Amino acid sequence: MPIVVTGLGATTPLGGDMPSTWEALLAGRSGINRLPEDFGPELNVQFAGQLAVEPPLDRVEARRLDRAQQVALVAAREAWADAGSPDVDLLRLGTVIGTGIGGFMTLLEAYDILKERGPSRVSPLMVPMLMPNGPAAVVGLEFRSAAGVHTPVSACASGAEAIAVGAAMIEDGRADIVIAGGAEAPIHPLTMAGFAAMRALSTRNDDPQAASRPYDVDRDGFVMGEGSAVLILESEEHARARGARIYARYAGAGLTADAHHIAQPDPEGRGAARAMRAALAQADASPHEVVHVNAHATSTPQGDVAEAVAIRAALGDAQPLVTGTKSMTGHMLGAAGAAEGAFTVLALYHRVVPPTINLQRQDPEIDLDVVSGAARELPAGDLLALNNSFGFGGHDVAVAFRSV
Amino acid sequence: MSQEIQDGLAVIINEVAGVPVEDVKLDKSFIDDLDIDSLSMVEVVMAAEDKWGVKIPDSDVKNLRTVGDAVDYIAKATA
Repeated sequence: MPIVVTGLGATTPLGGDMPSTWEALLAGRSGINRLPEDFGPELNVQFAGQLAVEPPLDRVEARRLDRAQQVALVAAREAWADAGSPDVDLLRLGTVIGTGIGGFMTLLEAYDILKERGPSRVSPLMVPMLMPNGPAAVVGLEFRSAAGVHTPVSACASGAEAIAVGAAMIEDGRADIVIAGGAEAPIHPLTMAGFAAMRALSTRNDDPQAASRPYDVDRDGFVMGEGSAVLILESEEHARARGARIYARYAGAGLTADAHHIAQPDPEGRGAARAMRAALAQADASPHEVVHVNAHATSTPQGDVAEAVAIRAALGDAQPLVTGTKSMTGHMLGAAGAAEGAFTVLALYHRVVPPTINLQRQDPEIDLDVVSGAARELPAGDLLALNNSFGFGGHDVAVAFRSV
Repeated sequence: MSQEIQDGLAVIINEVAGVPVEDVKLDKSFIDDLDIDSLSMVEVVMAAEDKWGVKIPDSDVKNLRTVGDAVDYIAKATA
């Protein structure tokens, strides 16, 4: 069953909505900034991709939702409105919002209350706020989506997996429209300390906006980001019947696993290559049709090379325009795959690929045509693009979109 | 005293559920009129316990149908 994308929404370190985020991407702006002085003075990382705009929610709404739920709701409301607030049988409306961690800030605050004031003062809202399905649940409730509400949890591949699971709901005949995306609010001294302990984060404290530099020889880790992005996936039949604006066609997805290591990527990129091949197979496309790849490209020394190896293995001698938008947004973990899926859709719709910023000297081990310096245009005609997302645990997800 | 308790409850209910302070009247039902769900009711009770230094067991909470019931209960408990 053909599936199309009819709405987009986001709140990111680059903007409080999708248009401002996209504009910043094309302009090559960094969304990375220094953390407040008192955030965690002893942390060896003092910067992150913090939301450009605090979630515009009323006071009561805000206090009942973990930040991960707040960002999901903001992005979903925008995407829904962007799709024209479609009239849909609620029994045929699904929601799939992935997250890497969920509402852990709520958990930490509640634990402080437990220790300081005892069990009788733990909030009755703690459980619904901390559960990883919380962001999906609040979005599902907001739009009364009754076909099913799901939460893929596959670390930094969660948002991309949500797109694949959402599309599967339509393919399986369970839904006509699915609100699909990812949400993450991970900027807390504990998470920063944990990722820093893995030596996964950049420590470029003297120049935060240059810290996320995928493919550059001087990259030294990823930059933590927060945010959410949501896509409205819709059966083409349903979209056409209501005369909806169509951004792009969802063409297929590949979901595999490295089966290699809990945190290290397979240096041969075999799982990632299989994911890309599977996405192309489902899209009924050949490697030479791929004109653009929005890469996972987190700016870690090993990860970027492993993905480049995988792209070469999957696409042969095809040289699509590759970009790493995490250079600007930072790594929004479970939201990243959804955000970059949306960016891939917009690249096809506007026929322009945002640049990878901070790329001064490309790592010689990376044999890719990386868009750097300025955005580059895509040609006219029928185009196919891929979005890659990988996660700790060895999760590999590639999603394919076609232009309309 | 009762007016003071009613005013205090109105502030708590506004904080928890966003109900305008002026809507919190003695004859209003927490569930039917003020749209306070069971989780919010637990929050209201916790805040009231902290504010007036009383203990309101669950077995009593279920009898507090209206704002007036709660005001009377707290007035009696603090008398």
